[in-house]
Amino acid sequence: MKHILKILVNNHPGVMSHVSGLFTRRSYNIDSIAVGVTQDSEISNMVIVVKGDDSVVEQVKRQLLKLPDVIEVEDLAYHDCISRELVLVVVKVEDSNRTEIISICEVFQAKIADLTKTTMTIEFSGNTRQVEHFLEMMQKYGIQEIARTGQIALKYRST
Amino acid sequence: MPKTEAKISGARLMVELLEEYGVDIVFGYPGGAILPFYDELYKSTKIKHILVRHEQGAIHMAEGYARSTGKLGVCIATSGPGATNLVTGLTDAKLDSVPILAITGQVATNAIGTDAFQEADIYGITIPITKYNALIKSADDIARHFQEATLVALGGRPGPVLLDFPKDVQTELTSVRKVDKLKIDSRHYQKPPIGGDLDSFAAALNKAKRPLLYVGGGAINANASKEIRELAEKGNIPVTTTLMGIGAFPGTHQLSVGMLGMHGTAYANKAVLECDYILNLGARFDDRVAKPGEFAENAIRAHIDIDTAEFNKRVSVDYLLHGDLKEVLKALIPKVNKVDRPEWVGFLDTLKKNHPLEFDDSTDTIKPQGFLQKLYEKSKGKAIVSTDVGQHQMWAAQYYLFEEANRWLTSGGLGTMGYGLPAAIGAKFGNPKNTVICVSGDGSIQMNIQELATIAMYKKGVKILIFNNNFLGMVRQWQELFYEERFSESEWNYNPDFVKLGEAYSIKGLRISNKSEIDKALEFFLEDDDARILEVMIPAEEKVFPMIPAGKSQKDMIEFSDTVRAGKK
Ligand SMILES: Cc1ncc(C[n+]2csc(CCOP(=O)(O)OP(=O)(O)O)c2C)c(N)n1
Repeated sequence: MKHILKILVNNHPGVMSHVSGLFTRRSYNIDSIAVGVTQDSEISNMVIVVKGDDSVVEQVKRQLLKLPDVIEVEDLAYHDCISRELVLVVVKVEDSNRTEIISICEVFQAKIADLTKTTMTIEFSGNTRQVEHFLEMMQKYGIQEIARTGQIALKYRST
Repeated sequence: MPKTEAKISGARLMVELLEEYGVDIVFGYPGGAILPFYDELYKSTKIKHILVRHEQGAIHMAEGYARSTGKLGVCIATSGPGATNLVTGLTDAKLDSVPILAITGQVATNAIGTDAFQEADIYGITIPITKYNALIKSADDIARHFQEATLVALGGRPGPVLLDFPKDVQTELTSVRKVDKLKIDSRHYQKPPIGGDLDSFAAALNKAKRPLLYVGGGAINANASKEIRELAEKGNIPVTTTLMGIGAFPGTHQLSVGMLGMHGTAYANKAVLECDYILNLGARFDDRVAKPGEFAENAIRAHIDIDTAEFNKRVSVDYLLHGDLKEVLKALIPKVNKVDRPEWVGFLDTLKKNHPLEFDDSTDTIKPQGFLQKLYEKSKGKAIVSTDVGQHQMWAAQYYLFEEANRWLTSGGLGTMGYGLPAAIGAKFGNPKNTVICVSGDGSIQMNIQELATIAMYKKGVKILIFNNNFLGMVRQWQELFYEERFSESEWNYNPDFVKLGEAYSIKGLRISNKSEIDKALEFFLEDDDARILEVMIPAEEKVFPMIPAGKSQKDMIEFSDTVRAGKK
């Protein structure tokens, strides 16, 4: 089972180690971790994606709440949050397939961020499934390098 | 706005804050990076500093002091090697929930991260072993960090905190002496409200025919002895304690079935198998007690704890209540029926009679079990007893009974050899009028034996009992039982002359090896308030029984009588 934990923490150095340490202690593999400051510059928002059984994640959640720098922990279920991940991918291009790649990018609304005679660097953002899908499409052209940010997420608002 | 006052140095402020918090004793060891602080400490008339011989000694002393008094224990070390010497003690305090404030010196802020002389990233090192820690970057932050740290150490489930204090921050001037607003949430220091459904919790307890209370160290931290006794007596519910819970319920009480777990009494472990309802009060289903899936599997399991992370951590429970144990019990007791349980209590009485703690006392050699029984009688069960780790620790837990909390000091969670002597010294500083006895082994005592100097220097009347079997006894026991007697590196044929070693520090000592010498030796040991070393020679093959092999459950307990029958005692 995948969990998206949204963790509000004090924006201090070292807090990241405190938080990630709780996962490594249980030899838990973090799928992705993304941190950024919130509207309040003293507070950061961490989004951690882990696979794991519910009871262990519940345990970690309670352990997280014991850290003085942790303000709030929320386990966001996939269906009620908007999640995004940004990926930069470098693919090989040849004259024969350049237009094909460009048209795929159009379909995905991906941006071409850089172009050389032999490569194209594409920027794409979407939820994890879309990112996976996009990368799959690119596979065929030969991926040379990938950089992914890890997921960020927010809950859907109800009006 | 922060209150503006005349500026003082960071070090001065730390000392003033300690004084303000009523800290009157600290245990430590100086060094370059903490010198400005020591210079201010020199001027303090309110704080007594105890100079130890090793920083591990300092932190265990602070632990012994904290656990025997219920107050915050404070220890000081310099940067680098001084700070890293605290690591074992911090881990120990974390696992046993002891409120400790460790203050360390650090290299100057502009040198941090450069591998400067005596630099260690003690903040990073201690992240997983403290409840809270901070590297103080400016003297203006001292007041806030100090307040947060002490509140966290003592609040909720207590634990160790560490403040790392760069040398230039100690000399930097500040006018921020008071805190406007803490950055941490009040949940870290305020008593939580009671969480959970008291009525259904009580109803389940009232329905039980054979209930059992399983009491842990949390009961001592919550100061809940009175309430536990009330609950037990009202519902006629037998009580077993963990190693950490010893003393939370009187060991001589008719409803007491003693300690449970790996080396618990046979009747406590059988009670766990037979009960139909087990109520955990501030214990954590530790692996030396409970095997997940098999622990009290036929019983309804209930748990009260201040730490929600303990709920369903190892053993799943049917009912739980969150909160300060004392407060929760106060609310629960009126809802619990007053009942006699002649059958259940009578059943356990019979178990106690048929499966007592046993050892072979037929020879002239001294048996540690019999010796501890005598020690218990002679000291009237009133002493504060600290132990090290090994067989002697388990024998002491089994044979020395405690009527009160905070008198049994042992390293339960981490099992730290070297804990006993400094913990006893710390306890003696906190309780100068009490008899304080350290029960140790010939192995453990040598892990912090340098603290004999601290005893001598401050003339502290700590009584040191060393059971000498010329072995790492507990290791030997496992090797005998589970490794076909291959005594790999557990035998020593070289011990110092402990009596002479004591003499070198002007501590009187005595060595005995025959049963006939026990009475006189105990008289010598306890006669006045001076420090004493009593070395008791015991047979190497003596073992601790009952025993539940590691990873097994109550069903697999080996009793002394089983081994006699198998011709292996
Ligand atoms: C610091 C540390 N190192 C190793 C151990 C493993 N250990 C547990 S009990 C024990 C033997 C203790 O021997 P001794 O102090 O002589 O006590 P005895 O068991 O003989 O009573 C050892 C080595 C430990 N608990 N702590």
